[in-house]
Amino acid sequence: MSTYVLPFEKPILELEKKMAELRTFSEDQDIDMKSEVERIEHKILETKQKIYSGMTPWQKVQMARHPLRPYTRDYINLITTDFTELHGDRLYRDDRAIIGGVARFQGRPVMIIGTQKGRDTKSNLECNFGCPYPEGYRKALRLMKMADKFGMPILSLIDTPGAYPGLESEERHVAEAIAVNLRESFLFKVPFISVVIGEGGSGGALGIGVSNRILILEHAYYSVISPEGCAAILWKDRAYADKAAENLKITAQDLTNNGIADDIISEPLGGAHHDPEATAKNLAECVSKHLAQLDAMTVEERIQDRYDKFRAMGVFEEQAEEA
Amino acid sequence: MSSFFSRRLGFTRTRKKDIPKGVFTKCPSCGEMLSQADLEKNLFVCRACGYHFPMDRVSRVEMLTDPDTFEEWDGGMMSKDPLKFTGTDSYEAKLKSNQEKTGFKDAVSTGHAKLEGRAIGLGVMDFSFLAASMGSVVGEKITRLIEKSTERDLPVVLVCTSGGARMYEGMFSLMQMAKTSGALARHAQAGLPYIPILTHPTTAGVMASFATLGDVILAEPQALIGFAGPRVIKETTLQDLPEGFQRSEFLKDKGLIDRVVPRGELRKTVANLLDVYMDAREV
Ligand SMILES: [Zn+2]
Repeated sequence: MSTYVLPFEKPILELEKKMAELRTFSEDQDIDMKSEVERIEHKILETKQKIYSGMTPWQKVQMARHPLRPYTRDYINLITTDFTELHGDRLYRDDRAIIGGVARFQGRPVMIIGTQKGRDTKSNLECNFGCPYPEGYRKALRLMKMADKFGMPILSLIDTPGAYPGLESEERHVAEAIAVNLRESFLFKVPFISVVIGEGGSGGALGIGVSNRILILEHAYYSVISPEGCAAILWKDRAYADKAAENLKITAQDLTNNGIADDIISEPLGGAHHDPEATAKNLAECVSKHLAQLDAMTVEERIQDRYDKFRAMGVFEEQAEEA
Repeated sequence: MSSFFSRRLGFTRTRKKDIPKGVFTKCPSCGEMLSQADLEKNLFVCRACGYHFPMDRVSRVEMLTDPDTFEEWDGGMMSKDPLKFTGTDSYEAKLKSNQEKTGFKDAVSTGHAKLEGRAIGLGVMDFSFLAASMGSVVGEKITRLIEKSTERDLPVVLVCTSGGARMYEGMFSLMQMAKTSGALARHAQAGLPYIPILTHPTTAGVMASFATLGDVILAEPQALIGFAGPRVIKETTLQDLPEGFQRSEFLKDKGLIDRVVPRGELRKTVANLLDVYMDAREV
C-alpha cells in the first residue's frame, strides 16, 4: 500500500523491484523460478526487519511524519463507535487542527480529542498542517471540562509539529491557551489518557497531554523542540537534525526509559500505515489496559496520580549551600 | 548577610571589571550617557527616556522586598546533564561558565520575604544565566516555591524572563511547564493570589505555563512577550509584523496583560494588590 518511500527504505524498494522483474521474467519465459523468488522474498523480509528494528532517532522522526500514516480521525473511526464531532471554542471560531467529540470506546462513553493533520493541500490548508491556533486549545479545554462534568474518560491523540507560530496565534494568546489547559488538566476527576500517534511537537502537544498516562506508538516521537529547530540553534545548521534527534532522546524507547512515557504501542513491520487496523487494535488494547487501572482509583487518587506523575519529572542534584 | 546577597559581590565585581570607573553607559534607546551610580539609583531605568535596562536578580529581590527579609530556598540545586548531550558545546561546560559568570547555580532564585510587612513567596528569573531557559532546576525550584507558599498560606510573586526551553534537557525541560502549572492549580485552589511580572524578554515554555497563569499579570514597559519569537514567526508565515508587536503595551491592548507597570512603581503596585487580595481572604 505504501507508495511513499523514505530514504532509508530504499534498499527494500530495490529488492521489491528485483522481485517484480523476476516474476515478470518467469511468467514471460514460463520458467519456474520458485526457489529464486523464495530466496528474494526471504531477503526482503530480512532487510525489512533489519531496517525497521534498527531505525535511528532521525529515521523515526521521518516515519512519524510519514504522509500515509494514520491520523487522529483514522484512529477515531477505527477504535470508537458513534463518534459525534463537536465544534468550536464558543469564543472565536472552530479550529480544524484539533478535533474532538463524544464517542463510545468499547461501548463506553468517552471524550476523544486530537490534533489533526491533512493528507493533501486542501485538507492541510483547512487544518493548518496540524498546527493548532489558540482556539483549538480552548475547544479542547471546553470538551475536556464537559467530559469531567459527565464522568467520561478523556482520550487525546497527539500528532502535531507544534502550536502555530503566527501573528494571529500571538494576538489571541496561544501561550495562555496552552498554559490554562495545563493547569486545568490537573483538576479533572476522570481518567485521562494521551497517546502520541505521530509527532509530539513540544508545548503544542503538551496542551492536550497532561494526562494520567502517556502512551506512545513505537515509531512516534515527542520532543521539546523539532530536531531541525534544535540543530539550527545548537549546531547553527538544520542539516544536523539527525544529531539533534539523537541527542534530544525523543523516541518512544528513550521516553519510556526516562520515565516520560508510560507504555509503547507496537506497530506492524514498516510502520503504522502498513496496517492501520492492526495498529488501532494495539492502541485500543493498550488504552483499555491503562483505563482499567485508572478506573480502579478513587477520584482523589486519580488527581494525585496525575500530579505525582509530572511532579517527579526532572533531573537535578542538591548541594549544601556554601555559607 | 545571607549567602544570596553575598553573591551579588561577585556580580558587581565582574561588572566593575567590565565597566571601568568613570565610564558611562550609553542608553540604547535615546543615547543618553548614564553613570553606573545613576543607573543603580534609578533601578536601571534611563532617567532621560525611561528605557528599562536588564536588572540583576539581587537588585530585583531588593526592589521587591523589605530589607534583610529575603531567605533563599533551594539555592544549592544544580542541573545535571541527564541526556549526556554530545556533538555540540557540552552542557556541563555551559552550566559551569554561567555559574561562574553569575555566581548562581541556575537561572532562578526563589525564597520567602516580606513586602511592606507582608510575607510572600518570591521567585526571580535571570536572563543572564543561559537566557533563563527552563530546565529541571528552574522547574523544580519554581514548583517548590509555589508548593511551599501554598503550605504556608503565602501569595506568590514571580519575576519572569525566558528565551526558551533548556534544549540540553530535552523532554525533562518541556515537562517543567506541566509541573509548575500543576503546583499553581493547587495554589489557586487554596485561594491564594499569584502575580507574575513579565520582563524583557518572556517567551516560549515559560509563557505557555506559569507566566500567563497569574490572577494579575503585570509587565514592565516595552518587554518582548510572546510564545514564538518574532524571527520564527516571520520565517514561518512570511507575514509583516506590526509596529510594537509582542511588546507589553501591544499585549495589554490585546487583552493578555492587566497592567504595564514602570519598574519604579512595581513595588508599590504589587504591595497594594496583595493587600487587597489577602485582606479579602480574611473577611
Ligand atoms: Zn534613554
